[in-house]
Amino acid sequence: MILLGINSIINNIPFLLEGLGVTIALTVVSVTLATVFGILLAMGRCYTRQPLPFLIYIYEKVFRGLPLLIIFFLVYFGLSQQGIHIKAFYAAVTGLVLHSTAYQIQIFRSAILAIPEGQQTAAMSLGMSKPKTIFYIILPQVLRLSIPGWSNEFTILLKDTSIAFSIGVVELMARGDAINSMNPSGILHVLLFIALLYFILVFSINKGLNYLEKRYRLSGYEVTAVQ
Amino acid sequence: MHMLEVVDIYKSYGSCEVLKGLSFTVDKDETKVIIGTSGTGKSTLLKCINQLDPPDKGEVWLEGEDITNPSIDLNRIRQKIGFVFQDFNLFNHLTALQNVSIGLEKVKKIEKENAREKALEELRRVGLEKQSCQYPAQLSGGQKQRVGIARALAMDPAIILFDEPTSALDPELIGDVLDVMKNLAGKVAMLIVTHEMGFARNVADEIIFMEGGTIIESGPPEQMFNNPKKERTRQFLGRISTLYGKE
Ligand SMILES: Nc1ncnc2c1ncn2[C@@H]1O[C@H](COP(=O)(O)OP(=O)(O)OP(=O)(O)O)[C@@H](O)[C@H]1O
Ligand SMILES: [Mg+2]
Repeated sequence: MILLGINSIINNIPFLLEGLGVTIALTVVSVTLATVFGILLAMGRCYTRQPLPFLIYIYEKVFRGLPLLIIFFLVYFGLSQQGIHIKAFYAAVTGLVLHSTAYQIQIFRSAILAIPEGQQTAAMSLGMSKPKTIFYIILPQVLRLSIPGWSNEFTILLKDTSIAFSIGVVELMARGDAINSMNPSGILHVLLFIALLYFILVFSINKGLNYLEKRYRLSGYEVTAVQ
Repeated sequence: MHMLEVVDIYKSYGSCEVLKGLSFTVDKDETKVIIGTSGTGKSTLLKCINQLDPPDKGEVWLEGEDITNPSIDLNRIRQKIGFVFQDFNLFNHLTALQNVSIGLEKVKKIEKENAREKALEELRRVGLEKQSCQYPAQLSGGQKQRVGIARALAMDPAIILFDEPTSALDPELIGDVLDVMKNLAGKVAMLIVTHEMGFARNVADEIIFMEGGTIIESGPPEQMFNNPKKERTRQFLGRISTLYGKE
């Protein structure tokens, strides 16, 4: 039994690692895009005139209110029915980005709101333009304040990539499933091994970001926003 | 031509009229001190001068230019008006040196190396070259305010506005900041809102007493303290001297 399971793992390690590669690619691409959109839309909510902030607010509410699986199905099967066919991988990226951006807007927006008004006043009184003030004064502080909330979202997104299995993206979970259907007796061990891989990934991301947080922490100016 | 000329400015917030027609001038290298009770509109006046909160009516002239003119480039004008805040407003994520040099680098577009050199010079001027690598959170209140002054000075402004620069400080730290300001007197034009009567008396070329959004009386310190023309000035200075001690 155990031997069969372990054999199943060992024989399929390259096969599983390829799946892991897809999981990582899905995560990195999605988290990068969602972070860029999250920052831009958070600034849009804080610094632009209506109706943009209201529209962003609606977007946030909608996509925070939907299960990820529905978003995936809508993007993949829904669009496909309308004659728009996209590859499962890109559908998964789109779904993850739509979902994660909605959460990240909230993270960056609360950081923006946590920056004291006086920072902007001081920059203005030096003759700094608004875009420069945002870029050189507000944003660097916002990013620091956002690290804890953002790392949390990062690991959630990583785990959420496993749902891409449902639309046929051949990532880690899908590879595990393929092995299991060929050799059902190894199922428990293969699943445990996959669980371990996810855990190691999440654990190293947390460690790395903790380091980043410490490195950029300013003494006496500890992170106070969004824990 | 005056360095700064404020002509009959008015400012209201909603139905509350805060400034009701103020006029005065500040000349090159002159030090003027504004005194007055809380809520009189002193901070509002300073914000009207550098157009952080433009006046509703009236004009502000800086070096012969009407800066209340709506077509003027305010970012260019504000480089010429230093501002020192009551609560410092240093940039939290930058070291003391970077706080002073950022305006030079990003606004005046001076090369980084030269900007840092000039910033260090300004920090030396306020006695903080040793703290140049420290972040605001690692500085005492008095040190923060001196960085604030260095940051304003670095831009080579025509005039520096101070809004109660020492009122957020512990008493034993006030002296350091006042000393720095005393050293600046006569070298750069300054308009200072303060409750430090000893400083006003010793350093100001002229004291402006403000109340209820207007100037009640202004004149040289000797006259204001010893021979005020208005009864109200006498009352105020009498009361504040017993509160803050004579010097
Ligand atoms: N942004 C604002 N909106 C509404 N009212 C304001 C605003 N800023 C100031 N005021 C009002 O204007 C009046 C003058 O305020 P200001 O801060 O200029 O007084 P001040 O003389 O600086 O007082 P203090 O000595 O307490 O600093 C106050 O009654 C205040 O409530
Ligand atoms: Mg005030």
